[in-house]
Order: sequence, then structure tokens, then C-alpha cells
Amino acid sequence: MSAVPITLDAKPETLLHQVRWLLEHCADQRAVTVISGDVERSYTVGEFFHHAACYAHALDKIGAVPGDLVVLILPQEENALFGFWGGMLLGAVPSMFAYLTDKLDPARYYESVRKLVQHANARFVITDSALFEPLSAALDGLAAVISADALQPGGEPADYLMRPLPNADSTAFLQHSSGSTGLQKGVMLSHRAVINQLASYGQAIELMPDDVIVSWLPLYHDMGLIAAFIQPIMQAVHLVLMSPTAWVRAPQMLLHAITRHRGTLMWLPNFAYNFLATRIRDSALEGVDLSSMRAVINCSEPVYAESHRVFTARFAPFALRESALMTCYAMAENTFAVTSSRMHTIPKIDRVDRLRLAEERVAYVSDGDAFEIVSCGVPIIGCQVRIVDVDRQMLPERAVGEIALRSDSMLSGYHNQPEITAAALIDGWYFTGDMGYLADGELYITGRKKDLIIVGGKNIYPQDIENLLNDIPGIHPGRVVAFGVDNAELGTQDIGILAEVDDPADLEGERRAVIVRTMRARIAQSTDVSARYVDLVPLRWLIKTSSGKIARAANRDKYFEMQKSR
Amino acid sequence: MKDKIRAFISQQLSNDPKYSFSDDEPLISGGWVDSFDLTKLAVFIEETFGVHFADPELTEDNMDTLNQIVRNIEAKLAR
Repeated sequence: MSAVPITLDAKPETLLHQVRWLLEHCADQRAVTVISGDVERSYTVGEFFHHAACYAHALDKIGAVPGDLVVLILPQEENALFGFWGGMLLGAVPSMFAYLTDKLDPARYYESVRKLVQHANARFVITDSALFEPLSAALDGLAAVISADALQPGGEPADYLMRPLPNADSTAFLQHSSGSTGLQKGVMLSHRAVINQLASYGQAIELMPDDVIVSWLPLYHDMGLIAAFIQPIMQAVHLVLMSPTAWVRAPQMLLHAITRHRGTLMWLPNFAYNFLATRIRDSALEGVDLSSMRAVINCSEPVYAESHRVFTARFAPFALRESALMTCYAMAENTFAVTSSRMHTIPKIDRVDRLRLAEERVAYVSDGDAFEIVSCGVPIIGCQVRIVDVDRQMLPERAVGEIALRSDSMLSGYHNQPEITAAALIDGWYFTGDMGYLADGELYITGRKKDLIIVGGKNIYPQDIENLLNDIPGIHPGRVVAFGVDNAELGTQDIGILAEVDDPADLEGERRAVIVRTMRARIAQSTDVSARYVDLVPLRWLIKTSSGKIARAANRDKYFEMQKSR
Repeated sequence: MKDKIRAFISQQLSNDPKYSFSDDEPLISGGWVDSFDLTKLAVFIEETFGVHFADPELTEDNMDTLNQIVRNIEAKLAR
């Protein structure tokens, strides 16, 4: 076979038509290898869908019908993979949700699941034996809970694939738009949109049948779900998967998996370049060989040129080629990729005048005090990108404005949220809220959605954090601000938080300690990320905008200016 | 030893020198140190005390308080 099955010239009608094709043509081919501790378990395409059918059978037995929303809350191992496709085989709509971690407060976590299930009107939840009882209690009367560990064998893929299949416009699955607090938006993706994305993006990265994708990315995020799960399964490309929690503890396992399996492709958020380059001891790299890697794709966080430099410097001795560096601008609302840098070419770095960028909002090329911006590449086929001003009028080349896009792989809408859908999609254009400019057809990102903080690839909405802390005794309600602080050493952002206290005595000593300790613990237990800067300020310290809102960036700048002058 | 680690954590990881950790204070579940920081802490311990922690040992269960960290270092030094 010289090409992957889904291309611009060969698009199946739905993902289930593609499953049918895969079972007919490559049932014996290796689909997935799951790395769990020191053990690896591999499944062929046939075995994979056989296991998935077991979930379709279980859902079928308890009354699930096509179109029902099925939420999966499972550790990143086989059950999550099989359960997702089990739901799809039945024509139900699966959605991955983050599993409970050690750090999260269980009561808050169950409450967030309950809210999500209630709001999304999910009828079925698949989890494991550890969470079965607490989730059953939390979701009593809302949804039926199935334990993956108690699943009885039954069902074959053919049982489901012989039924009338959904049409191309029906929803294939939901991607929940990040963040573990607050109300998440469920991005509805049709079979047609997903297939268009696979065909276009496959062409952009020249995906081949003998590629091997190696990943630790979480499946509840678009990069992990699409690039490193749906894509390899549908394109019959071998996927080698590990869990994010295991990878964070031992980042070298990714590189050893590439070496063992001759990995060719991986996607990473920017922080992972720094993390891999700086947090692995030399002794742990013995035997690593990255010569098989043809693309390491930087996606989902702002790309730093410096991160690419430290990564290639550290791994060139392990046969990593600099030409393997690629970039991608992606979002769940476009299924995944919007742009991709060109294959076999190192992504362009634009050096622009820092001051004029800030003041004139135009990216002038400069040799002086230049700001480096890495290109995210060109739009993939089927996708148009425009830069618009506040009145949504098109801006010329190199002018900075909001990024708008229109494509054949866009969301059908936000699940159960028609107003939010109507506000986001206008005349077929999706307004991303991200800022950037176009130059020579390539897209450069200069800023993310208003105030969004991206920590280690994870999107954190500052208002979610602020809302968590408002009721802590001593803090003046409504006077909390959360913001992102660039961390060049880690190649990502940190979270900073300032809160006004009513009583000046709370600014020092043990009284301060009690408040700060409560704030830290609550953030860690509710969001699974830690805040790097937490401080208290006196009443009326925080700067407000003319409309009375707390100005996040202005307060961040004021705080760090003050720290510097101390 | 404990105070050296305490100083490293408050200056390099938690960015709050005003706050003094107690010996049994949960550092990770308390939101002072995140999982990315653990490897940084391990490098500091290795450089300062010559004690090596393998990656599987760098877990929240094993390294959540100053007392735990110091106990683990001492156990390794005693070997």
C-alpha cells in the first residue's frame, strides 16, 4: 500500500464506513500498542474493534440508542480506547472526560462530572471499578453508569456495522473544550468534518501507512484525541500510546518508545520541548535513537523558537534531525489542525520590531530589538484563514488582528448551547478570539484568546480560578485576579493570582499564611495545576477597567514592577 | 538538610519566600509544587546531597512533605 486509506480523493461517508473498510482490508495489521508500566500490549485492527464491540453490546443492552451521549471517564489505557469506539459502533456520541487524579479533591471532581452530565444531557457514563460507586452516587437519576471492569463479553463489530449507519452530518463525537472547572463547551463534530480533517491534515503531513505515531497526550484534548487517536485508528497507522501521568514522571519513556518502535511522528505542546530537553538525566537516555522521527509537531501552546533550539541541541546527538521540527495551529472547533508548517522545511522565524508590534499592531521585520515569532505554517486544504479588525473587516498582510476561519472540518455547533453557537459562527466563519497576522501566506500567532492561560498545554480560564477563590474568608469577594505569566525556562505559562484582603492584618504572618494556603490547595484540588505566584494585596490595590472589571494583564504588570523595585 | 530543601522550594518552586512550610505540610496536594517541579527538586537533591532518585520514586505519595523527602534521602544515605 502506498498511501493511507483516507485522502483528498478517497473519503469514506462516515467513520463507521471506514471501520467496515478497515476490517475488510487490514484486520491483521497492528493498530495500537499501549504502554503501561513496564508492559506493552498490542492489538490488531480486528482485535481492537472486537474489544470495542463489547462496549457497544453493553451499551445496547442497557438501552443506549444512536445519538445518545456517552461520557468516558477512564485512565488512559485500553478501556478508554475501546469504550470510545464501542459508543461509535452503536451510533452513540462518545466524549472523553479527564479521570480523577491524586491531587484533585474527589467531592469537587464528582460535582464537576455531575454538572457536565446534567448540562450535556449524557445518558451513559463508562468508568472503572474504582470510580463506579462514587460516580453512581453522584449521578443517581441522571445517567446509567457502567464499569469497564465488570464488562461481560458479547457482540461483534459486524452486529453493528450491518445496521443502517449514521449519515455524514450526524455527530460523530464531542470534544469538551478543556478546563476542569466551570461549564465546559461540548464541540460537536460531524462524521463529514472529521473525515475532511483527516484527509486534509494527512496530506499536509504526508501521512504514510508505515508511519508510527508515539504519544502521551491526553485523549480529552483535541491534539491527543484527533492527531494521536482518531487519525491513526482511521488511517491504519500504528499508534504507540502511554498515559500523561506516567510520562510526566518519566519523560524519557517517550524517547525509548520511539527507539523501540521506530516512531516517525509525534505531537507535543511547547512546554514538552523544554521539559524533555532539561528534565532527563544523561544516564536515562542511553540507547535512545531518534533517527526514525520525521516530524515532531509543536501544537496547542504558543511556539517559542528557543524551545526548538534547546530541544534540537539536546537531542541532535541522539540523531534527531532539525528538519523534523514542525508547527501546527489547531483547535477543537476545527476538529484539529487549521494550519501546518511545510514538510521538510524548518518552520520560518519572523523577527519583528517589538515596539511597533505593540504600538502600531503591525509586524514589521526588524534587525534591531526583534521579537521572534515562529510560523504556524499555511492553512490546510479546505480551510481559509482571515485576519480581521474589531469590526470584522479584513486586514492587510502583516497587520495584527483576530484570526477567523472557515473550513470543511468545522464544528456543527456547541452541544445544547445554541446561543453560544450563534455568537461564534457568523456566515460560516468562526471567530477564534486568537490574535495573529499573515505574511507570505503563513500564519503567525501573537496572542491567545482573551486572557486564556495555557499551562503545559492545558487551557485554564482565569475566571474559573477567580470564582474558586472568591469565598475564602478574608478575601474581598470579587477582588481576585488570575493571569498567565510567561515562563521562558519551561517554555510555557505559569499561573499568577492576586487577591485583595479586607483587613491589613491579613497581609502578614500566620493570618496571611492561612489564606494563601487555602488558595493554593483549592486551586490544586480543583484544577490539577498549581499556581506559581500567589499573593495578597491591600484593598483597592487591583486596577479596574473603565467598565469596572478587573484588568488582568495590567495587574500582572503592576505586581511584577513592584516586585522588581523591592 | 531540611532547611536547605525548604529554602530551595520556597525560592525556586513556590515563589513565596514570605511563607514558611511546616515539616509535614503537603507540598504537592497543597498546591506549592507541581509534578513538573518534582524532577527539578530531584536534580537539586542529587547535586546538593549526592542522592539519586529514580523516576518511579518521584511521586506525590512519596515526596509530598519535607519530612518524607528528608526521610527518603536519609534512608538512601544510610545504605
